[in-house]
Amino acid sequence: MVEFYGTEIASRLMLGTAQYPSPSVLADAFRRSGAGIATVSLRREGAGGGMGGGSSAGAGDAFWTLIRELGVSVLPNTAGCYSVKEAVTTAQMAREVFATPWIKLEVIGNADSLQPDPFATVEAARILCDEGFEVFPYMTDDLVLAERLVEAGCRVLMPWGAPIGSGLGLTNIYGLRALRAAFPDVTMVIDAGIGLPSHAVQAIEMGYDAILLNTAVAKAGDPAAMAEAMARAVEAGRLGYEADPMEPRDMAVPSTPVLGKAFLE
Amino acid sequence: MTIILNGEPTEVDATTIEAVLVELGYGDAPIATALNETFVPVAARAAAVVAPGDRLEVLSPRQGG
Repeated sequence: MVEFYGTEIASRLMLGTAQYPSPSVLADAFRRSGAGIATVSLRREGAGGGMGGGSSAGAGDAFWTLIRELGVSVLPNTAGCYSVKEAVTTAQMAREVFATPWIKLEVIGNADSLQPDPFATVEAARILCDEGFEVFPYMTDDLVLAERLVEAGCRVLMPWGAPIGSGLGLTNIYGLRALRAAFPDVTMVIDAGIGLPSHAVQAIEMGYDAILLNTAVAKAGDPAAMAEAMARAVEAGRLGYEADPMEPRDMAVPSTPVLGKAFLE
Repeated sequence: MTIILNGEPTEVDATTIEAVLVELGYGDAPIATALNETFVPVAARAAAVVAPGDRLEVLSPRQGG
């Protein structure tokens, strides 16, 4: 079980809902993953006559019906927002549509790396926490940024492992380890950069409470199989973490007893 | 009058958000609205006046990461 603002979720795997080849593939991936949380977004909805931003009418309703049928908790995001105002307004709209105080706060600062803007993220987090939101901030692995976000009222932190969609894994092991150690009472999720089950295992073995990924599953040749692989990886990582792993050593130490070995020379 | 609906010029007769949504056929779609970059909750749509040139955003659930 992992707790997010008082809500206990059975799975430590959180799954995005974008980029799947079809809605049925998305649904299969979710079922195989056992994920308890799905990230979602808000986008322009076309009018009944097809007008308004080129989006087809009814697309939102169809998607929302699909997600509700999965029986998972939803975590709306503010993906694509570049300013505090834009992110706060999007969060307010998401709270109404999805009927949840949860918001995955993304305020992007750089279009190439999709690196979050730390200053705007803190400012938006303050506003949203004051308005009663339960904020899941997408952030880098910066320790001071984490402190500011906790001060703002965040009880969940979501540092990236690597840039969104890169699949590079955990690119700053030292920083992520230090961050985990600095906030033992905060629920921490590795968000973005996970490409392989081994990356997921590594994150959870380090003591991270959960991982959030999307592209690694949606863009796999067999999304449902990869979803299950990620779920097993997360379970293995947690078991390993709870089993109190040995300390690594630089020198070899024989595992077979030396005492009692025959002299046969 | 012409308003900017989701970034596109759109002709409407209605003068409140609630009436505009009815006129454009949104029906019971799960949507949230913002007028000139400010969130307008469901309860405030009937009183929210729309003027020529106003920017109305109508958003609904979509895939997200």
